Amino acid sequence: MLKAVILIGGPQKGTRFRPLSLDTPKPLFPIAGLPLIQHHIAACAKLQECKEILIIGSYTTTQLAQFVNDMQKEYHVIIRYLQEFTPLGTGGGLYHFRDQIRAGNPSAFFLLNGDVCAAFPLKELWTFHEERPSALVTIMGTEATRQQSIYYGCMVREASTKAVTHYVEKPNTYVSTLINCGVYVCSLQVFQTMAEAFQRKQDGFYSANGQNSPHPGYMSWEQDVLAPLAGTNKLYAMQVTNWWSQVKTAGSAIYANRHYLELHRPKQPATPPCHILPDVFLHPTATVDSTAVIGPNVSIGAGVTIKAGVRIKESIVLNNATIHEHALVMYSVVGQDASVGEWSRVEGTPSDPDPNKPFAKMDNQPLFNSDGRLNPSITILGAGVVVPAETILLNSIVLPHKHLTRSFKHEIIL
Amino acid sequence: MCGSDKILGEIRALILVGGYGTRLRPLTLSRPKPLVEFANKPILMHQIEALVEAGVTQVILAVSYRADDMEKELKEQVSKLGVSLTFSHETEPLGTAGPLALARELLNTNSEPFFVLNSDVICDFPFKELAKYHKSHGKEGTIVVTKVEEPSKYGVVVYKENGQIESFVEKPQEFISNKINAGMYILNPSVLNRIELRPMSIEKEVFPFMAQDGQLYAMDLQGFWMDVGQPKDFLTGMCLYLNSLRQKNSDKLHDGTGVVGNVLIDPTAKIGKGCRIGPNVTIGPDVVIEDGACIKRSTILRGACVRQHAWLDGCIVGWRSVVGRWVRMENCTVLGEDVIVKDELYVNGGQVLPHKSIALSVPEPQIIM
Repeated sequence: MLKAVILIGGPQKGTRFRPLSLDTPKPLFPIAGLPLIQHHIAACAKLQECKEILIIGSYTTTQLAQFVNDMQKEYHVIIRYLQEFTPLGTGGGLYHFRDQIRAGNPSAFFLLNGDVCAAFPLKELWTFHEERPSALVTIMGTEATRQQSIYYGCMVREASTKAVTHYVEKPNTYVSTLINCGVYVCSLQVFQTMAEAFQRKQDGFYSANGQNSPHPGYMSWEQDVLAPLAGTNKLYAMQVTNWWSQVKTAGSAIYANRHYLELHRPKQPATPPCHILPDVFLHPTATVDSTAVIGPNVSIGAGVTIKAGVRIKESIVLNNATIHEHALVMYSVVGQDASVGEWSRVEGTPSDPDPNKPFAKMDNQPLFNSDGRLNPSITILGAGVVVPAETILLNSIVLPHKHLTRSFKHEIIL
Repeated sequence: MCGSDKILGEIRALILVGGYGTRLRPLTLSRPKPLVEFANKPILMHQIEALVEAGVTQVILAVSYRADDMEKELKEQVSKLGVSLTFSHETEPLGTAGPLALARELLNTNSEPFFVLNSDVICDFPFKELAKYHKSHGKEGTIVVTKVEEPSKYGVVVYKENGQIESFVEKPQEFISNKINAGMYILNPSVLNRIELRPMSIEKEVFPFMAQDGQLYAMDLQGFWMDVGQPKDFLTGMCLYLNSLRQKNSDKLHDGTGVVGNVLIDPTAKIGKGCRIGPNVTIGPDVVIEDGACIKRSTILRGACVRQHAWLDGCIVGWRSVVGRWVRMENCTVLGEDVIVKDELYVNGGQVLPHKSIALSVPEPQIIM
């Protein structure tokens, strides 16, 4: 029997995902038609042996209840949300709920960060782990460029055994191009290692009179558990070459959308409602005029209305939004209940990894550059935003429920 | 004494066509400026028709460039109007007065006054009234003046209540007059004695001296006036011109579904379904506007195509150019001849040279070579 744990953090994290996370918790933001962590759940549920999925975070239970319910029904697997009473860090929450994870004595459990997107090769990862009896944790790793590697957990492996001999989280200088994907398989004995780390953290907390950490139970999985395990023959890394990305900024949503669509190749209806350029996810309850042209890389949510002569590409349109006649939407996210007027143009700039650099990842650019100007990014319309007819909205971010009255370029509209 | 048009019958006119028309590039890279269609008619034909209407029988074009093209094309159109067309070629640019000296022989054949006009001017041409007024005061010359809102940008004309001009003041800092030279004159042949065959400015080197001698009068222009020598003013002039057509209840203006405000559409143009055209749009012969396009304050020249769902505001689309589907163009974008703008692009204030294919958006105003 196996289990899976998905770490989703809480509302005080994921601020770089604003304004998309203002209405929907980031883990539930739809990518390729499915909430971000439903892709994780689907991957776990595919494995027969996986009997329970535990979601750990500090969102309130009410924010997750409906989703957990829906997932239970869809995947016929036990899914529970465990709310941290206070943010305990990536390791603290996991350790806090150790009894829940150990219950039923699974032979191992998967650990997945909620903000990564990938083809999760869980079966291979588990087999790899099984083949190495001394392994407590096996990390899924991928290649990054030298320049970008330092923004991730960097690993050095012993060439033949694949044991991790050195692990450092976000180093200041170059260490290795093999990076941690935030996807692991762990043996239950890892909790003994965590207990020792927990003891060290607590000792440190009290000897420093609580000055060096927000909470005695606060623990970083990467720094307090993985780093010490390196070089002990208990930590291994399996390198994968498939697509992988983090979803940190709102801009990465469009990039992740494209790749998940490609990965899942949503089935097109036998008689498409309009001209579709694959890949497109079209919710069955969306109303689409036959003269619209949609795709590639578009996700259209439930209850969306798309009028005559509309063109949409490289975008996500959330539930119940309306795109009026002849409008163009590209490299943008249109929020729930938002409206784009006729002959309007809503356009963003893609922030994809450099296609000419092998292994390049998303640059999770800050909103503003060093001159204090908005970096070109995808255009985002918050929930309920109204874009009037015949205007252009270029590389702009509009916070929820704003009714615009003119065109905007390179602006954040509060 | 001047009750009969027959007296005006002998009047000649000289049009200062001049140089390369660089201000109206990229359109003038393909066609000499006087032949660029303004409201579906070459700029020059607006002037010649108005002159013919006033009884002019000989038009002299003072040109310094691409005269061959113009001669070929104009001769045909002009012969229908029953007026003779003469070209006076400058070997070097002679300014605004020099061309009169060059055409001295033609202008001196009788003692009747002759018209002189700049080729960029569009207005309700007042040639008949001008000739009458000129005869009535009996002095050497009359210039048409028009009112402007911001006189400090121009040279203004100061004149007495009876019309006699006192002085010209260049770019006045303090308000002194809001009347400027509208680029249309009527002159007696005696004025030729004040002009030499060299580059010479009529505004600076002839008129001030005539004013000093009390020989120059001003006549107020009624209605609109525009120098359409550059794209921005070309479009403004088009709006004024179409509005003037509306006031004259002209049947040339187009009505029908999808048409808003003053719109001129050549009968050979094809307009698709679900379009919104206007206000202030001119669509030339053989133009195709596909379904669902929206066009405002723009001129679409002969043979161009605006494809589905495109949105245009404040644009001049050159001959045989193609504007792709879902393209947005605005802010005084000018496409030269045979330009292709690919689907879904945004062009903001682009000046695109002829025969160019645009595959990337132009988010800020720039010239596309």
